[in-house]
Amino acid sequence: MFKWLDPYAKSETLYHFCGKLLPYLMVSALALLLLGNIWGLAFTPADYQQGDSYRIIHIHVPSAIMSMGAYAAMASAAFVALVWQIKVAHWAVLAIAPIGAIYTAIALITGMAWGKPMWGAWWVWDARLTSELILLFLYLGVIALNGAFSDRQVGAKVSSLLALIGVINLPIIHFSVEWWNTLHQGATITKFAKPSIDPSMLWPLLISILAFAVLLMALTCLRLRTAILVNEQHRPWVRKLVGG
Amino acid sequence: MQPRRKKRLFSILLIISLIAGAIGAMLYALQQNIDLFYTPTQLVEGLGKDKVKPVVGQRLRIGGMVVQGTVSRDAQSLKVRFQLVDTGPTVWVEFEGILPDLFREGQGIVAQGTLLAPDVIKASEVLAKHDEEYMPAEVAEAMKGIRHVPPSQANFPVIESSVADGYSNPKDKPTY
Repeated sequence: MFKWLDPYAKSETLYHFCGKLLPYLMVSALALLLLGNIWGLAFTPADYQQGDSYRIIHIHVPSAIMSMGAYAAMASAAFVALVWQIKVAHWAVLAIAPIGAIYTAIALITGMAWGKPMWGAWWVWDARLTSELILLFLYLGVIALNGAFSDRQVGAKVSSLLALIGVINLPIIHFSVEWWNTLHQGATITKFAKPSIDPSMLWPLLISILAFAVLLMALTCLRLRTAILVNEQHRPWVRKLVGG
Repeated sequence: MQPRRKKRLFSILLIISLIAGAIGAMLYALQQNIDLFYTPTQLVEGLGKDKVKPVVGQRLRIGGMVVQGTVSRDAQSLKVRFQLVDTGPTVWVEFEGILPDLFREGQGIVAQGTLLAPDVIKASEVLAKHDEEYMPAEVAEAMKGIRHVPPSQANFPVIESSVADGYSNPKDKPTY
């Protein structure tokens, strides 16, 4: 069923494939980011009760959604790395982890900056905030575990396993606001109902979410290419490529 | 699929489902501890199957909607009191301090404090719980009839502070 994917398990093919995608992804990520964020931060109307402070959702929501999207992508790569034992899949895990960690940190920091004026508190140990913080620790754990073993094969296996087990946290983050009483509000757009946000604010938000997704792909391509070069530096095709 | 890969696939799926089951059971068992706050109904009628009620003097959080027309403040200090409701009974919250900007009658809030009486909480902190709706002011006024006024500009009724305990109407005084 997945035979057509086989060539991309070869590092050289994947390197060139990512190289081909990279410029398109970078340009569209930049364009979407500029469009979505400038529209959202400067040109949407102010919220009826939060005033201008609500505008931070145009950064907070995309980074929070994509911190989970990045985790899903990282866990899928970890699954492939474990079952089929494909090296590049594990390099993809390590390529995504720091990007996801930064997205999670952005979501947490912007959320705190919004929470202080709106709720009245920087941080509350409710289920949504705590599970998102655990997501950050999972990312950091994957990065740390990978480097914690002198045998790199063992490190790769253990960190991939942690990445995969951490998937359990994703539904917990998403449904935390429904399963428990939390201070964090419920879902505005990621639900099977009409989004509870005015269309004038919804469109820039959707564009920003798409921008964060494309940026994630672009940065992953960039990091994966570097990882391939570093890991395959003694291979003839890399030597030929860098002219060594 | 090669048997070797199949074996790895099944062992990974087994590990994940076992851990997911364990975490699920843990979260289920800890359900009431993960809740950030009591709702007024839970506070008055008790929580869970056993109808456990918090005891007077216990520190807890209460979350609910501020009942329309129940907010009143003291003329001389920052003392304010109001009622909270979810779907059933109401409870009183007393607070001394600055209310968050999103505080409004009809707004959801979460207050942390100690239980003075079975339905009275002396709050040390009041947090606004924002709902998931975002809209411009004109839309909010046209569609929902809500005009948000921050508490610093809202004219909540003032209670004569000459009355010893700060409550003008003895009927309003919580029973404790």
